[in-house]
Amino acid sequence: MAPYSQLSFLLTVLLIFGALCVTSKVQIQSSSERQSASSNTGSTGESTSNSSASITTVPIVTWKWHHVETPYLVALWILVCWLCKLMAQLNSKLKSFFPESALLIISGFILGGIVWGADKAQTFKLVPRNFFYFLLPQIILDTGYFMPNKLFFSNLGAILVHAVIGTCWNAAAVGISLWGCYLGGAMGNLQIGLLQFLLFGSLLAAVDPVAVIAVFEEVHVNEVLFIWVFGESLLNDGVTVVLYNVFDAFVSLGGEKINAGEIIKGIVSFFVVAFGGSLIGVVFAILISLLTKYTGKVQIIEAGFIFVLGYLSYLTAEMLSLSAILSVTFCGVCCQKYVNANMDEKSVTAVRYAMKVFANGSETMIFVFLGVTAIDTDIWVWNTGFILLTLLFVLVYRFMGVFFLTWILNRYRLVPIELIDQIVMSFGGLRGAVAYGLAASLDETRIKEKNLMITTTLIVVYFTVILQGLTMKPLVKWLKVKRVSPTELKLIEKVNNRAFEHILAAMEDISGRIGDNWWTRGWKRFEDTYITWFLMKPEARKNRDYLFSIFHKLNLEDAINYVTEAEKRGSLAFLNQTDGTIVNFEKKLRFSGVMPDIMSELDFGNNNVQPTSVIQDTVPSVSLNIHEHEMKRMNEDFNAHHLLQQHLYRSRKNHRHKYSRSNFSINQSEDEVQEIFQRTMRSRLESFKSAKMGVTPAKKITKHPKKDPNHKMSNGKTTDKSKKHPYGDEDFEFSEADSAYSGDGGATGGSSQRRGTYTMGGVENPAFMPEMDTPPPPWVTEAEADTSVAPSQGAQRYLPWSPRNLHRLAPLRISDRSTDSFLMADAPATEESSEESPQQPSQRDGTHM
Amino acid sequence: MGSTNSTLSKIPNAGDLMQETGFSPAHIVRLYDRYKALDKDKKGHLCPQDFGAIKELAMNPISDRIIGAFFSSGQEVLDFPSFVRILAHFRPVDKNRPKDPNSPEHINSRSNKLKFIFQLYDQDKDGKISRQELLQVLRTMLEKQVTEEQLESIADRTIQEADLDRDDAISFDEFRKNSLWCPSRSIKCRATD
Repeated sequence: MAPYSQLSFLLTVLLIFGALCVTSKVQIQSSSERQSASSNTGSTGESTSNSSASITTVPIVTWKWHHVETPYLVALWILVCWLCKLMAQLNSKLKSFFPESALLIISGFILGGIVWGADKAQTFKLVPRNFFYFLLPQIILDTGYFMPNKLFFSNLGAILVHAVIGTCWNAAAVGISLWGCYLGGAMGNLQIGLLQFLLFGSLLAAVDPVAVIAVFEEVHVNEVLFIWVFGESLLNDGVTVVLYNVFDAFVSLGGEKINAGEIIKGIVSFFVVAFGGSLIGVVFAILISLLTKYTGKVQIIEAGFIFVLGYLSYLTAEMLSLSAILSVTFCGVCCQKYVNANMDEKSVTAVRYAMKVFANGSETMIFVFLGVTAIDTDIWVWNTGFILLTLLFVLVYRFMGVFFLTWILNRYRLVPIELIDQIVMSFGGLRGAVAYGLAASLDETRIKEKNLMITTTLIVVYFTVILQGLTMKPLVKWLKVKRVSPTELKLIEKVNNRAFEHILAAMEDISGRIGDNWWTRGWKRFEDTYITWFLMKPEARKNRDYLFSIFHKLNLEDAINYVTEAEKRGSLAFLNQTDGTIVNFEKKLRFSGVMPDIMSELDFGNNNVQPTSVIQDTVPSVSLNIHEHEMKRMNEDFNAHHLLQQHLYRSRKNHRHKYSRSNFSINQSEDEVQEIFQRTMRSRLESFKSAKMGVTPAKKITKHPKKDPNHKMSNGKTTDKSKKHPYGDEDFEFSEADSAYSGDGGATGGSSQRRGTYTMGGVENPAFMPEMDTPPPPWVTEAEADTSVAPSQGAQRYLPWSPRNLHRLAPLRISDRSTDSFLMADAPATEESSEESPQQPSQRDGTHM
Repeated sequence: MGSTNSTLSKIPNAGDLMQETGFSPAHIVRLYDRYKALDKDKKGHLCPQDFGAIKELAMNPISDRIIGAFFSSGQEVLDFPSFVRILAHFRPVDKNRPKDPNSPEHINSRSNKLKFIFQLYDQDKDGKISRQELLQVLRTMLEKQVTEEQLESIADRTIQEADLDRDDAISFDEFRKNSLWCPSRSIKCRATD
């Protein structure tokens, strides 16, 4: 802990220094402003030109504050804000019960206090223009780009209901109730009418995605609730702005001129603005997708296109007075899939990180500035009745709206949203910077009580973000059923719980995902055939085949292992035969990046250079073993509980919230998913191979009933190991690699149904399989010596694991695997053979070849 | 595909199934749609490869065993009633469903759920989870970086903790006694809206 406290102390000093810096600059700035103002009458006006005019000698160094003033201040403020965030993150004790957004606002108070103390006025405020043009777009783009699409669209109906009807309800109810109270005399004498109240209500209806996500991420809510609140808060911002504009227009029109026609116009404009904005976003998404088809040539700035075009979509919508927020949201939502497929993997990573940097950075600034803005005597106009009533109505109507809408939606849902979730959802109605931004951009000439409205908005924001954010976690904890503390659990329970979670996830997958119906399937087919064709690179379309890419990866692994093991055994003979194959590698597998490795390896082999030199881990196996022994000794007293806790795969349920505001933990879980997926594919591949290669006959299967799972898993394990140190259990690996190729070769021809037919006295030879247009690679046939039919040169040209074939194979593999394992599970346990596999390479070789 | 239009009347034995499993008509219709969607070749039953085609399942570390559990009765095909029956294991326990002391235990009872898990471990069906079987499960469920030695030590500790009669294996009885998870955490058929 010591280094941390040291660091945080250092940061405090830095922060104070930074703040002082800013304030001193402010003083300089303000004094110089005064100076320049006074000198304005006399000279040209610009103080810089002043100084340049009056020099008497060549200066070596000059003080050019005014040159850099604005950018300098901006950069300094950014630094200070981010330091605040760092402080908030470092202080783990505070973080555990304070939401980060609240901490940032509070540090904003402090900073604002420093500035105010030095300057006696608030020089820095969150200006609506800056907010809407420079801080907000990237946040919305980020949320759109990282939106869990499937979840979003399958819940779109509910989200829209909440975002549109809920928002309108909130705006109208708050506005009218306040007006009623005003008429009732609850807030004294104010120059304010019904329309102004409605305008105020509409700006307060914006549930802030930033604040909501920041809080919801910390309390773990279920998937549906998450997307509801998230989607609602995002769309609701757009709706709020539209509503605000409509009421603003009404206000400037004046109460008496409003008739039915104008109201209808207002409603029409509401929909035009909302849908037009979304449409602009979709158009820009298509533009981005199309562009990224070709940006591969300028890969270094490829990532930048997303940001520029995203920003342009925001500005274009703004220019057309359509909803900019909705535009950039839908731009992000629609383009993500194609962009990710079209762009190079590195560029995608760059986009992701840059997106997070921008979004997080500006979000931090927004919160800090929300705090800073408060420290200003100008805007504070106190009206107890107005403020308290607003707070009350905002809270109450949020609850009422959510409960009522959910009640309606629940009637159409198979599984209703529970009461607890409804409460959490209502409580999640945090107001944020959007509300403030709208309030600050009110026109003072038309709305006399602007400052009161700003004050009230700020108080609502503080109240919701700080107080509700603070109480959210305890509330969720209190509402949820108590849990058994994890320390009391025995190991078997831990494993069981996890297993049960996995089973539940699997059952959900089996019993169907959300929204899997005719419409989604139809859309999917349409998208696969037309849209992907239009918007994706051909290569990307191919790579998108997840199965294929995984198989490709596995096969490469196999190949590497195979070459290594072959080299280990000293039999490089087969490599001399592969000249023809190498050509085919190049022809058939154009996989830049991965292929060259293999190629060079094979070339090495031909030149009798150690192929292993390519493989990174060249630690000799002996030392490796010693290392392992040490590890073992070290781990003897290693806490098994801890290990289990640490390394059990999490169920997909636990890392479903794909959108994370600040962390990249997503990537971790994605890795995990990838790992599992690879394992599964690997095991299916293996069992397919074994099914093809010789374990096939039912006779043999019945002999080794328990072999299959063991076999598969040990395979998975050994390949895992061999990835790290390729020298692991070589014999076994070799036989596997062998069968991999021949299995693939055989698989191309024979289908799973017919596999039992080709068992000839226990000697299975892939070469005997009919319909086999692709024979196994030469080394396999060589290994099998005379028993096999030599493949023709023409057939040799087609590598069995060329992409086309593999592609065709994918479903076959899966099917074979399952049938196979089923057969095995079915068979009676007649022989204790579970220990068979890696330890008995010779036997396995026998069955395989 | 038109499978969204299924009605209860089209589903064979729907009434009996509901009686047996406690699913509501809406559930049954939905599951039937899903069942038909899974059955890609319209063969009228499901086979293991139909399950293998579910993409999400491939991301489940124990998917093999789970799929296997659907076909444990020894056939290669799975008809709709069995499909529903197996899913019914994971229906949440509802409190208002009257518990008749004479009738056999509900399919979604705690011990039935436990039995389901137990079967996933106990691949040779000898009524015991041996060290070897546990090791296999752990291997699938733990991340790659865990070494074989660590795995073995975990397995040993696990058996040591749970093994009451010191036979180096976990019987169902021991398994049940050592499982405290609350049965309320069960599957819900997630709904469309």
